Amino acid sequence: MAYSEKVMDHFANPRNVGEIADADGVGEVGNSKCGDIMKMYIKVNNGVISDVKFKTFGCGAAIATSSMATELIKGKSIDDALKLTNKAVMEALDGLPPVKVHCSVLAEQAIKTAVADYYKRQGIDPEPIVGSMTDCHDFDCES
Amino acid sequence: MKKIYADNAATTSLAPKVLDVMMPYLTTQYGNPSSIYSIGAEARKAVDLSREAVANAIGATPGEIYFTSGGSESDNWAIKGVMHQLKSKGKKHIITTAFEHHAVLHTVEALVKEGFEATYLDVHSDGIVRHEDLKNALREDTGLVTIMYANNEIGTIQPIAELAKICREHGVLFHTDAVQAIGNVPINVQDENIDLLSLTAHKFHGPKGCGALYIRKGVRLQTLIHGGAQELGKRAGTENVAGIVGLAAALTNAIATMYERHEKLTSMRNRLIDGLLTIERSRLNGDRDKRLPGNVNMCFEGIEGEALLLSLDLKGICASSGSACTSGSLDPSHVLLAIGLPHEIAHGSLRLSFSDENTEEDIDYILKTVPPIIERLRSMSPLWEKIMKENK
Repeated sequence: MAYSEKVMDHFANPRNVGEIADADGVGEVGNSKCGDIMKMYIKVNNGVISDVKFKTFGCGAAIATSSMATELIKGKSIDDALKLTNKAVMEALDGLPPVKVHCSVLAEQAIKTAVADYYKRQGIDPEPIVGSMTDCHDFDCES
Repeated sequence: MKKIYADNAATTSLAPKVLDVMMPYLTTQYGNPSSIYSIGAEARKAVDLSREAVANAIGATPGEIYFTSGGSESDNWAIKGVMHQLKSKGKKHIITTAFEHHAVLHTVEALVKEGFEATYLDVHSDGIVRHEDLKNALREDTGLVTIMYANNEIGTIQPIAELAKICREHGVLFHTDAVQAIGNVPINVQDENIDLLSLTAHKFHGPKGCGALYIRKGVRLQTLIHGGAQELGKRAGTENVAGIVGLAAALTNAIATMYERHEKLTSMRNRLIDGLLTIERSRLNGDRDKRLPGNVNMCFEGIEGEALLLSLDLKGICASSGSACTSGSLDPSHVLLAIGLPHEIAHGSLRLSFSDENTEEDIDYILKTVPPIIERLRSMSPLWEKIMKENK
């Protein structure tokens, strides 16, 4: 299994690592049993994601997809961020080995979960906007 | 950049002097050992001498050594061959352990699908099989017990002589996958009552693609590879002459240097273990003393093994892990689960395995390189954050 140069770059030099103490939304997906957890923090100003940070426990692909996903949504409107697909994350990384595709799905879910949390904090029901979020903590490793 | 190869349990480099003795059989001495003209006869002689050398190395006779394509074939042949042979005698039960190599586990599973039954012995938290457990598992219809000599991931050495003696007393055949142990610990098949033993050349600086199965005289098993009359008619296929010669040379050398190497590697290993254990929330997997001299297997909480391996590779260190991401499945290593580790800890494992070619400087470099990598990965791990919070 070989990673692309971009994956290795984002693994070795991940962008936007850390936490945002006064985040407007926080999303955590995955679980330790499966070997990957992603936690994403967003700061929202006038409907735009002005800052984003992540922390990830997981393999090289999990770290690289988190990093790339944060780059792709930083400075974007919430609507655009919600349109980010796992496929777009993978393409931006010049592809992932087939067994690592789930990492990109996790990155997409982490963003959606953080946005959903943002809406909840605003007193807005996120479901009509973000869609139904499965509780990722209950995900079976098979999923 | 510095390059440190610390994955000798996966495979080893081919020793230059082993290659030297192989070379003629890859070039000028290309004859088929079954042919009667001189270059055929030369090849035959080389195979015969190699068989003798392998027999001497484990206390067997040449007629008990059968060359194969490697460890997996030897394991498949031993287990399937014996059980298929014994089926007509009403023996349908196999005993093995939960942490065997997949060459054994998947072979046993294949037999279970055919209708055989299997018992998997507990390997306890130290990675050592208990003889009482074996005694309790034996049944009237047990045909074969197969227990690895030393584990490939955590390096724990099993009390083979003790286990095999119980089998002999009960009239049950005993096979051991000695792929990791051979050349690292003294093995004598006679003294230890071993009926069948698998080995492969590339774990002790021999070539890949060549192994052997020791079959004690009088033990009957069915043929796996049908065809020509090679290997006393029990394993067909034109002999891998260069591989066989290389196997014998590498094994002879490994046995001759075993004690010296054992001392050197044990001291290097213990220094590395002690150094790595100073890392917060780390643990050594498997018994500390009853383990292969060159094996270190640790878990570091809050991080994932593949990320650790990639980071080490960027620093020139080749190692291995039992994390799900490196096992090619969704579960972490079955070995680490068998010794009772929870999934989240098993994901953070690191195996470093050494050979004669490693030096004290390698250990220094690893001890210097690993802690900052773990610190970096932990600093970006929400799991580590959780562990630290719960700790407060």
